[in-house]
Amino acid sequence: MSLKEIISFENVSFSYNKIRVLENVNFKIKEFASACILGPNGGGKSTLLKLILGLIKPNIGKVKIFNSSPEKMRWKIGYMPQYMSFDSLFPINIMDVVLMGRVEKHLFGRYSKKDKEIALKVLNLLSLEGCINSNFSSLSGGQRQRALIARALASEPELLLLDEPTVNVDPGVEEDFFEILEELGEHVTILTVSHDIGFVPKKFKNVLCVNRTVIEHPTSQLTGDVISQMYKKNMRIVHHDKHACIIGDENE
Amino acid sequence: MNELLHALTLPHASFLRYAFIVGIISSIPFGIVGTYVVTKRISYIAGAISHSVLGGIGAALYFNFNPTVGAIASALIAAFIIGFVSMYAKQREDSVIGSVWAIGMALGIMFISKTSAYTASLMSYLFGNILLISKTDLIIVSILSLIVLVICCCFYSKFLAICFDEEHARSRGINVGFYYLLLLCLTAVTIVLLVRIVGIIMVIALLTLPSAVAAYFSQKLSSMMVLAIIFCAFFTLAGLGTSFIYDLPSGPTIIIFGGIVYLFIAIIAAKLGRRA
Repeated sequence: MSLKEIISFENVSFSYNKIRVLENVNFKIKEFASACILGPNGGGKSTLLKLILGLIKPNIGKVKIFNSSPEKMRWKIGYMPQYMSFDSLFPINIMDVVLMGRVEKHLFGRYSKKDKEIALKVLNLLSLEGCINSNFSSLSGGQRQRALIARALASEPELLLLDEPTVNVDPGVEEDFFEILEELGEHVTILTVSHDIGFVPKKFKNVLCVNRTVIEHPTSQLTGDVISQMYKKNMRIVHHDKHACIIGDENE
Repeated sequence: MNELLHALTLPHASFLRYAFIVGIISSIPFGIVGTYVVTKRISYIAGAISHSVLGGIGAALYFNFNPTVGAIASALIAAFIIGFVSMYAKQREDSVIGSVWAIGMALGIMFISKTSAYTASLMSYLFGNILLISKTDLIIVSILSLIVLVICCCFYSKFLAICFDEEHARSRGINVGFYYLLLLCLTAVTIVLLVRIVGIIMVIALLTLPSAVAAYFSQKLSSMMVLAIIFCAFFTLAGLGTSFIYDLPSGPTIIIFGGIVYLFIAIIAAKLGRRA
């Protein structure tokens, strides 16, 4: 059985105010081929996600999602934006945050019973059933992050986009988080953005290295040369039993 | 107090009854829209819209048409200008808001100064005079309140989504620009209602103080709205009553009353270590 093609970029270029952010990007992602998007700050990672969501359009080239345009297929994508943009004083509980993943389902009025059932289901999945009525700002960083993933899952997505999901999470919690991602990866295709190189080799089979252009690698082939090329800096990669870690050489 | 209750029942004191009824009815849109203004942090936009209202009122007096129509028109124009600029030219947003604020006022003062018969009424538009409210105003306020209430109920979940996280809402295919403009228009209409009561200068205070107080007791946006409505009605009625008994101007009395309650609650909350 051949797997469906979920994302395809053909010769895509994009510029912000005449500054080229992405140039001649070509890659394809198939169903369940979860990958990590890696690259330096300002390298175009978030731009790539916005192109996938159809929030911006490429200047040149073609983006196809589920063999159609991103605008038409957007509803199949669950999206978790970067943590930074939230107002910590906002009066909202977890249930309402998660229901937001289904905000486009009804033109008027309130959420249906089905919406609430699905929200409860994903809250259970992420072990948040105990704090449904807690205020969003009263949660720990890890719980908040899980609530935002729950919101993305409440959209019942076939593709899950996570933008820097571990940026405000403690290392211990990060481990749990990877386990959740691994479990989810069996049912949905996940694309996770990270600027943390150590994040990748632990859990992802594929890596998309983004710095103006996109290069696909299996994680096993992620070598010091690849990383150095991307970050324009001397780096060494150290393979442990299962993990690999990358050491930047400051005395370049 | 007895004096006030007695005055409310007098047949010739209909102005006082209208003032109280308008105070209660208009609390509904104030509480709802005020909550959005506070949580979306657009009180400076509300300030610019309220001051631009004077331009419309001035034009109405000069060209001799209904000032409420002029006020609504200028508030909506200001909302659209600011809305489009904040969507498409973010880096110049504050300059445009400042300009709309000042140009609206300048136009209003220019028109009113050329309409000699009405110069005295400038004060009542700037500082409000709930006791000048007529039966027609009562009907206009009721209809506009109903419109705001219906729209906010219909689009509650959409507004909540764009106030909390615009980017995520956009990723769900929500037309964020449309709802943002709609919210600014609702704010504009609500401000016109408020101008009657507390005047152009003090509008922002009555729009934001009840919601700011309500925020201390709310875990959800909807409960913040309900509480804000109650606080708003309470400030308006208590302020009106006090201003009647001690013969004070009604607008400033309402605002000072709200300000005192807000400070009191903020100090207690700070002592108890609760969030703002």
